[in-house]
Amino acid sequence: MASTDVVPRHASNEAEPNRIVNNMSLQVATVNGSGSQSSNTVLLRSIFQMGIPVSGKNLFPSNIAGLPTWYTIRANKHGYIARKKEIDFLVAMNPETAQEDVLSLTAGAAALYDEPLNLSSLRSDLTFYSVPFDKLVAPVCPEAKLRKLVKNMIYVGVVARLLEIDMAEVEKAIRKQFAKKVKAANLNLAAVQAGYDYAVANLPKRDPYYVQRMDKTQGKIIIDGNSAGALGSMFAGVTFVSWYPITPSSSLPEATIEYMKRFRVGADGKATFAIVQAEDELAAVGMVIGAGWAGARSMTATAGPGISLMSEFSGLAYYAEVPGVIWNIQRVGPSTGLPTRTAQCDILSTAFLSHGDTKHILLIPSSPGECFSMAQDAFELAEQFQTLVFIMSDLDLGMNNWMSEPFAYPDKPIKRGKVLGKEDLDRLGGFARYKDVDGDGIGYRTLPGTDHPAAAYFTRGSGHNEKAQYSERADDFERNMERLNRKFETARSFVPRPEVSGSGAKIGIIAYGTSHWAITESRDQLRDEYKIETDYLRLRAYPFTREVHDFIKQHERVYVVEQNRDAQMLSLLKLDVESTLVPRLRSIAHIHGLPLDARSVTDELMTMEGK
Amino acid sequence: MSTTTTPTPAPKVNRIGLNVIDYRGGKTTLCAGCGHNAISERIIDAMFEMGVKPERVAKLSGIGCSSKTPAYFMSRSHSFNSVHGRMPSVATGAILANRDLHAIGVSGDGDTASIGMGQFVHLMRRNLPMIYIIEDNGVYGLTKGQFSATADLGSKLKTGVINDLPPVDTCALAISLGATFVGRSFSGDKKQLHSMLKAAIAHRGTVMLDVISPCVTFNDHDGSTKSYKYMKDHEEPIQDISFVPSFEDITVEYDPGTTVEVTMHDGSSLRLRKLEDSFDPTDRIKAVQRLSEAHAKGEVLTGVFYINTQTPSFVDLLNMTDKPLATLPESVTRPSREVLEQVMEELR
Repeated sequence: MASTDVVPRHASNEAEPNRIVNNMSLQVATVNGSGSQSSNTVLLRSIFQMGIPVSGKNLFPSNIAGLPTWYTIRANKHGYIARKKEIDFLVAMNPETAQEDVLSLTAGAAALYDEPLNLSSLRSDLTFYSVPFDKLVAPVCPEAKLRKLVKNMIYVGVVARLLEIDMAEVEKAIRKQFAKKVKAANLNLAAVQAGYDYAVANLPKRDPYYVQRMDKTQGKIIIDGNSAGALGSMFAGVTFVSWYPITPSSSLPEATIEYMKRFRVGADGKATFAIVQAEDELAAVGMVIGAGWAGARSMTATAGPGISLMSEFSGLAYYAEVPGVIWNIQRVGPSTGLPTRTAQCDILSTAFLSHGDTKHILLIPSSPGECFSMAQDAFELAEQFQTLVFIMSDLDLGMNNWMSEPFAYPDKPIKRGKVLGKEDLDRLGGFARYKDVDGDGIGYRTLPGTDHPAAAYFTRGSGHNEKAQYSERADDFERNMERLNRKFETARSFVPRPEVSGSGAKIGIIAYGTSHWAITESRDQLRDEYKIETDYLRLRAYPFTREVHDFIKQHERVYVVEQNRDAQMLSLLKLDVESTLVPRLRSIAHIHGLPLDARSVTDELMTMEGK
Repeated sequence: MSTTTTPTPAPKVNRIGLNVIDYRGGKTTLCAGCGHNAISERIIDAMFEMGVKPERVAKLSGIGCSSKTPAYFMSRSHSFNSVHGRMPSVATGAILANRDLHAIGVSGDGDTASIGMGQFVHLMRRNLPMIYIIEDNGVYGLTKGQFSATADLGSKLKTGVINDLPPVDTCALAISLGATFVGRSFSGDKKQLHSMLKAAIAHRGTVMLDVISPCVTFNDHDGSTKSYKYMKDHEEPIQDISFVPSFEDITVEYDPGTTVEVTMHDGSSLRLRKLEDSFDPTDRIKAVQRLSEAHAKGEVLTGVFYINTQTPSFVDLLNMTDKPLATLPESVTRPSREVLEQVMEELR
C-alpha cells in the first residue's frame, strides 16, 4: 500500500491525541483455523449493536488451517462500508506475518500484539500495546487444547477496553454467537474479561481511536450475501436445488438446506423440495435443466470454474428454452488461482456462456438485500422467459457479513410463465411449442405429466420448427434464431432497472455489484476533496435497459468501474451502445483479489481527468 | 409349468383403453435393420401391454443414434434429447421435479461408457427410479464407426483396425454401484427383451438394461463381436424369463427349485427359470463374479443378472411430499410473512 494515500496524522507519542471517533479500520491478523472468526464476529456485532455502521471483511487463504488470514472491521459514522485501504488499528496475532503487517501500517496507527512477537522496536511512529496472551489464557481456560481458540477472545477484551466498546454489548454478542452453548459462552466471556482487566491495569490509552454509541443501525440485520440468497430463493418458492461444493458459493446451498429444513417441511414431515449434491457442475446444471423442464423452480450455485463446466448445458438450455437459476459467486480464476479472493471477472464469460449464438440474462446484486430480492426476480424472469438466469454475486458479497435493512416480504404472487395445462389444451386443441403467439418471442410450454394427448412435445437443442419437430431447414433455423433474439430484446424491459443518482454533472460513473460501496464513498471524496461532481448509474442487469443508453448520452465522460483486468462490463457496453457513444466510455478496472476501495477509484479517476 | 409358451397376442385395447397406435412414435431415420428400431418396437409393446399412460412417461436421451430413438416411440410422451453423456443428470432433475413420471432413458455405448461414464455411475449409485437402456453396438454410428468403450478386446472394425483395449462391462459396473435391476439382452431376442422391459416398468429403482443392438452399417461384419451373427452364435441366456403383470389374473405353476420368482413393487411377478443351476440373481457379489467369468470364456451372457426390490429409491430417500414438486402451489412453496419476520429477528 502506498503511504501517500493517507493524510498525515499526529504522531503517537503526543500526550493527548485527538480523538478519532467512529471512523476507523481495525485489522486482526491470525492463523487460519485458530477460531478467530468467532472473536471477530463478536467484535463486529458489538460495534453494530452500539449503533455504529460497520462492515467486516475476511481475507482468507485456500487452506483449512495454518496459513495467514486477516479480518478487517471498518466502523464509520458516515456509513461507508467499503474496504478502507489504510489500517488504523492492528491486532497482530500471527508470528508469520506480524513484521510485515506492522511495517505496512501508516504512521499514527496502533498495533496490539502478542508479547513474544516483540514488535515495538520495529517502528517509532506507531502506538504499540503488548499483551501476554498465553499468560492470560491459562487461568481462564484450564483445558489446554482449547487455549488456542480461547486466546483469540482475549484480544476482544483488550480491544473493547482500548476502543471503549461497551462490555454489555460484547456479552450480548457472545451469547448470540454461542447461542445454545452456555458453557462455551461463559468460557469465552471469562477470556474477554481477562483481556479487559489486563488492559485496565496495564495499557493506558495512547492511540486516538474510539467508538461511541450512535443510532444508525437500529432495526438492521447482519447477514452474508449467500445466506440472503438462500432466503430469497426459499421465499421465491424454489423446489429443486443441485450443487457441487466450490468456494465461495458452497455456503449458499448449505444455507438453503438449513432454511428449507426449518421452513419448508410440511406438517406431515415431508419436504416441499429436493436438494441434491451432484457429482460435478456438469451434473448440477443438468439436474437444474431437467427439473426446470419438468416444471420445478430449480437452481444451483457455483463460481468461475463451475461456470466453465456448465457451458455446454447452458447453451442447450438457451436453445431448448428451459428455465433455471444459476448463482455465480465470482472469485479470482482459475481453479488454482486465488479461489478465496473476490472479483467481478466472469461478466463476459457468463453473458455469452456456451457455443453458438447465446446470450443470457444476468442480474447483479450489490447487497444482501438485493441477493434476497433478486433471487425472486431471477425465478420470475427464468420462467417468464423460459431461459437460464444468472445471478452475478461475488465472494465479498457472498461470504462477508453485511449490515442490511430487514428484507421485505415478497409483494407479488409467484408467476409461472406461459405454461399450458390440461384445461388450456382442451380449449385450444393443441399448441406449437416455439410459435411466437404474443409477439414477445416467448412461446407456450407444457410440463411433462400434463394429462392431455396433445401436451407432449420433443425437446432438443438442435434445429426444430415451431411445432418442435426436428428440422434442418435454413428458414426454420433462421426464424427460430430471430425469435430467440426477440425474446432477449423483450427481456430488456423486464430486468431490474439501474439505480441512477446525481443530476447534471458532466462526469458519469457506471459500476455494479460490490463496487457500489467504493463508488458512494469515492463520489464524496471527489466532491469534498476536489470539488468534482459526478452522476452515478449502478447497473443491476444485463441486457442493458434504456436508462443505461440515456445515461451515457447525458454525460461527456463515463467511467466504468469494475473488479477485473479486461474491463469486461465496458466491453459489453461497447457492443450495446451506439458507436458514437463508445469514445465516452473510460475504464477503471482493478483486480487484486481484495474488495475495491474508494481511494483507488478516486485517485485513478483524478489521474484520468488529468488532475 | 413351462414358461416358454409364446406370449398371447396383445389385445387391441389395453387396460386403460388405448390402442397400440397411441404408443407409436415418428418414423425412424435410422438405417434399415438397425437393432435400435427393434428395441423401440419392444418399448412400444411393453408400455402398451403394461397399460402405462403415455402422458405419464418422460423420455430422455443423450446424443448418438440411440439417443435419437425417443423420437420413434411414444409421441404422446414428453421427451428431452439432451447433451452427450449427460442424460442422467437431466433425468435426475426431471424425476425429482415430478415423482409421478415414468422415466425411460435411452443411451448408447459411447454416450454411456465414455463421455457419460461420470454421470452413469452416479445415476446407478443413487438408484433413481428410471429405466436406463444402453443400445450397445460397440461403435460410434453418427460419427461413422469408431470403436466405443464396450467394444470387445480383439474385435475388428470394418477398416481392419483391431481393438486392443478391454471393454467396460456396464452391467457389472451397474451392479457394483447400486442399481437394483440389471440385465443384458439382445435386440434380436424379442421375447426376452419384451419380458425384461415389462418387469422394468414394474420396478421402482434404477433398471439398467444393456441391450446388444447391432449396427448394420459399421459393426455387423466378420470379426465384430456385436454383429447379428456373433450374437446368434454366442448369446448365453442365463434364465428363461417370463413376467406376469399384477393386473393379469394368471396363475402359472412353477417349480421353486428351478425358478426364482420375484414379486415386483406393483405386485407383478417376474419369473426366472434357471438355465444355470448355481446362478442367483439376488446375490450381487456372485452376479459380478459370473460376469467376469463370462468375459474370460468369451460368452455373451444375457438375462437378469441382479434384482433387488428392497432398497429404497432415491426419491424415497429424499422424503419428498407425495405431490410433484413442479406444481406445488405458492401456499406451500412460499413460507409466511411470520417466518421472514422470525428469521430477521434472529439476524438482528
